[in-house]
Amino acid sequence: MRAFIRVVSGLYALAIYGFIFLPVVVLVLFSLQATSFPIPPFTGPSLRWYEAVLADTRLTSALVNSLLVAVVSSAAAVTLGFLSAWGFARFALPGSGLMRGLITLPLTVSYLIIGMGLLVLFNWAGVPKSLTAAGIGHVVINLPLCFAIVYSQMGDHQINIERAARDLGALEWKVLLLITVPVMAPAIFAGFFLSMTFSWDEFVISFLLTRFDTTLPVEIWNLLRSGLNPKTNAVGSLVFAVSIVLVVLFELMLLRRKPA
Amino acid sequence: MSAATKSERALPWALVTPALGWTLLFFVLPFVAMAVSSLTAHEAGGFTLSNYSQFFANPSYWQAMVNSLQVTAIVTVISVLLAYPFAWILAEQVPERWQRLALMLAVLPFWTSYVVRSYSWLLVLAQNGVVNRALTGSGVFGEPLQLANTRLATVTGFVHFFVMLLTLTIFANLKQLSPSYRKAAADLGAGPVRTFLHVVLPLTLPGIMVGAFLTFVLCIGDYITPQILGGNNELLMPQLVMMQIGRRGDFPLASALSIILMAVVTIAYLACARWLKIERA
Repeated sequence: MRAFIRVVSGLYALAIYGFIFLPVVVLVLFSLQATSFPIPPFTGPSLRWYEAVLADTRLTSALVNSLLVAVVSSAAAVTLGFLSAWGFARFALPGSGLMRGLITLPLTVSYLIIGMGLLVLFNWAGVPKSLTAAGIGHVVINLPLCFAIVYSQMGDHQINIERAARDLGALEWKVLLLITVPVMAPAIFAGFFLSMTFSWDEFVISFLLTRFDTTLPVEIWNLLRSGLNPKTNAVGSLVFAVSIVLVVLFELMLLRRKPA
Repeated sequence: MSAATKSERALPWALVTPALGWTLLFFVLPFVAMAVSSLTAHEAGGFTLSNYSQFFANPSYWQAMVNSLQVTAIVTVISVLLAYPFAWILAEQVPERWQRLALMLAVLPFWTSYVVRSYSWLLVLAQNGVVNRALTGSGVFGEPLQLANTRLATVTGFVHFFVMLLTLTIFANLKQLSPSYRKAAADLGAGPVRTFLHVVLPLTLPGIMVGAFLTFVLCIGDYITPQILGGNNELLMPQLVMMQIGRRGDFPLASALSIILMAVVTIAYLACARWLKIERA
């Protein structure tokens, strides 16, 4: 019975792994072939389409835009999230539950609706479409996340360290910068990292709120209009590689923090 | 707090105001703008309920909602059914020291770009793609099948994403379960099957419900997967919304449809709120 369960489990896990990796393998494999259609049969490795991607200034500038929006909007989201989490965790404010609920509310609404709302508002207010507009949207989606992560990690033992610092005469801003931020660094880092990955990958808000200068997912979307295209495979594989590097770095940092 | 100086009392407000202000200005206000817009007539101006009545009067709009609900229900059920055994195997059958790696591998494609992932499925399912080559090559089918631009393709793309997401949440759930429950069940004479059915499954059910609800919300609001994989043969609600903006610039109708979509999600939330115990810190 036990051996039977093991065999069935192994086969099932293998099948699911196969399902999960099938599209990624196909994507990467056919990015490496020189023909103009990314379809079987595979005709040997070539870096032709990677060269084409790197020579395409629309794609490379979209990549820079994406990184810029991701870094700036994540920094803003984690700063706002951290400050408010600290405020709510350390001080008793009237209507605190309601206000915390308001800050986390965007988590329950789809990106499409957040983007639509901003589009209608900006349209009325005469704000032109731009990367900044998309960045504002990215802060809206990531702020609740950063807030929730940091807020959930603010425990009582940290209050005591802050109290000790205050008793020793530290001013509030010194407590914040020299005690709270370093103590909360893992949560702040996690919030920033998650925001980065969400912003880096976000499509619909950027699609609605940018026009000429746009982010990488939107530029890839534009490439899709030409149907199956090995250039899309190449740029997709590059994006995948960047994400993997980020995730592995994140994992290694988490592992190092853990006492073995 | 009575001895607090004015600046000390202002400090907490100074900390929370930026986040609150941002949410009010760029989340609540846009929503109000959208609600007001949904009540105005496109081009003609003036207040009207016609954007909402159009949804109920026009069968093709109505059909988009039916399609969305059907696809979302199918995706949620299949994803849970596929992910649960997988998460269980990772949590129970894989040796402890390999679990982290096994889980990381299982969700690796989760971190690829969402747009690229849908495109990759298009490659797999295309007329001359890998699946069709395998099917015709092995002689199972003479002709390649129409797999791309169908509901099946949309569902496959969605299930791929949500199996990974649900594996993560269900795995976490199974690991949180104290081993003493299983030991107690075994001590009382229950075999592995009974222990699973009467102890493990009921205890992980709340986690499954949260994961299923998350799947529902993310799936019904997604534009990318149905647009890339399903094409325009059969429209889902997000596609219908985007179509109003892209082709016709009809913001009021797009706003009304978005609000209807949001209302459906809210109703779904209220309907299963008693099973959803989202933990608060």
